[in-house]
Amino acid sequence: MLMQKKKLSLKIFFYTASTIIVLIWLFPFIIATLTSLKSFEDIISKDYWWEITSLNWSNFKEAWVDANMGLYFRNTFIITVPSVIGTLFVSSLGAFALSFYKFRFSKAILMLFVGGMLIPFQMLLIPVYRFSLNTGLYDTFQGVILFHLAFQLGFCTFFLTNFMKTIPGSIFESAKIDGANAFRLYRTMALPLTLPAMTALGILQFTWIWNDYLWGLIMLQSDNLKPVTLGLVMLKGQYISNWNIISAASLIAASVPLVVFLVFQRYFIEGLTVGAVKE
Amino acid sequence: MQLKKKQWWVPYAFLALPLIMYAIWVIIPVFRTFAFSFTDWDGVNPDYKFIGLQNFKDLIEDYVFFDALKNNFKWIIMFIILPVPLGLGMAMLLDIKLPGHKIFKTLIFLPMTLSFVVIGQVWAWIYDPRFGALNTTLEAIGLGSLTQAWLSNPNIVTFSLIGAAVWRQIPYMMILFLAGLKNVNQSHVEAALVDGANSFQRFWYVILPALRPSMIIAFTVSVIDSLRAFDIVYVMTGGGPFNSSTVLANYMYIEAFNNYRMGFGSAIAVIQFLITFGFIVIYVNHNLKKEKEM
Repeated sequence: MLMQKKKLSLKIFFYTASTIIVLIWLFPFIIATLTSLKSFEDIISKDYWWEITSLNWSNFKEAWVDANMGLYFRNTFIITVPSVIGTLFVSSLGAFALSFYKFRFSKAILMLFVGGMLIPFQMLLIPVYRFSLNTGLYDTFQGVILFHLAFQLGFCTFFLTNFMKTIPGSIFESAKIDGANAFRLYRTMALPLTLPAMTALGILQFTWIWNDYLWGLIMLQSDNLKPVTLGLVMLKGQYISNWNIISAASLIAASVPLVVFLVFQRYFIEGLTVGAVKE
Repeated sequence: MQLKKKQWWVPYAFLALPLIMYAIWVIIPVFRTFAFSFTDWDGVNPDYKFIGLQNFKDLIEDYVFFDALKNNFKWIIMFIILPVPLGLGMAMLLDIKLPGHKIFKTLIFLPMTLSFVVIGQVWAWIYDPRFGALNTTLEAIGLGSLTQAWLSNPNIVTFSLIGAAVWRQIPYMMILFLAGLKNVNQSHVEAALVDGANSFQRFWYVILPALRPSMIIAFTVSVIDSLRAFDIVYVMTGGGPFNSSTVLANYMYIEAFNNYRMGFGSAIAVIQFLITFGFIVIYVNHNLKKEKEM
């Protein structure tokens, strides 16, 4: 009897507290969605944020077409997809070496990758900007893609090395190894076994690179190359208090990472917790 | 895998591409920024000269630098006292695996997927003094006296920015702690229960010590993230009004790229790096130690 009572109170506590927390956390999403559907008159004439007289789906069209979000959206795709694929491939090479071979500098090299992923971005801004200018990579998609690819190697190598170390070495012992065979071993055995980890990593990288603002700001100048994040900030100058259009554009910029997260949630969470807990 | 003597080069062959790319875009730039911090380079003129510690001397006499430093300190403190305990509390709550806990988790995780730019825009609107949701809601529930010019009052603007950032950071901490809770040995918790420990004692003496690894990561990540704050500040206030919400990252960007003081900007970056460095060492150490245990 006492046990049951306790269980009931636990249930009440769990559902009340969870519901309150979820509502607080969703509040900004609700406001953004509601605002994105309002008319400008509603925004400046209504006293309360929940008042709405008509649903203006045309705000999304205006953001997409007139405010150029469509173009920025496409640019983000062009930058993100090759960056993710590239960084997964290149880091898998390094992780293979660091996890399957014992050699003198392996620990130091891993430390270099892990340390690099944590340094403040400001340490890289000026030299990367200068390097891009000197090599003609400034204001090109290639320049941003190569940077993302290289910068994300830190986290990706760390992540994949951790994973590859869990693959039992005995699988490979049967295969005879020399220099030429090593690449085949990587391609036919290590890579397929690492595919699940690479999916998790890819999901995470996709959202991170999609959401980047700073590096686009540093390395891109032409309007027709800018990613959604930069487009969204420029919008503010253009649509000063048209919060409905800005909200619609924000939702457009957020849509892809949100969908990717909802579909691949498990991978996303797995990716984030690497390094946080013991395997 | 042991290598035969002749094949010592095999791992290096695999590492060549990643190391070269990492060197070009990450490692060498770190050293170059150190070097630039001793120069007067303006970012345009190809000629610049070595000026020793002059940039750092200028920094010490620069009150904006101290404003930024002060605000960074606020970010660090707030990022530790809010997201770490709240993330832990929410993780403990949702670790009670009653039906629906997965949906609750998913909904709380959502902000994690957003760009800081999107967060900045949405929260700038929430904070809007006249039509924003925060002030109008306060009015509606009779707390009109609490309404504020959230982003233009120099005394509170930094906390408004931190509020938006914390909304995203808490779910992150929650994810870290949920993962950590998986490693708490349930038989220990039950043994404590049998011994008559109340829920606080179980938390304090059994669960919390088991969460030590997660706690170390949560602290270091919080500090490193708080020092990285740039997008939110730059997008929401640009550091204003009158530099009252500026942080080192934002100040560095403005000095280097808007005011063409690349040498001076590098010096700010170096200071930021030195502050972060200790925490990077803790993080790396912790992760490498873990590997030894494995």
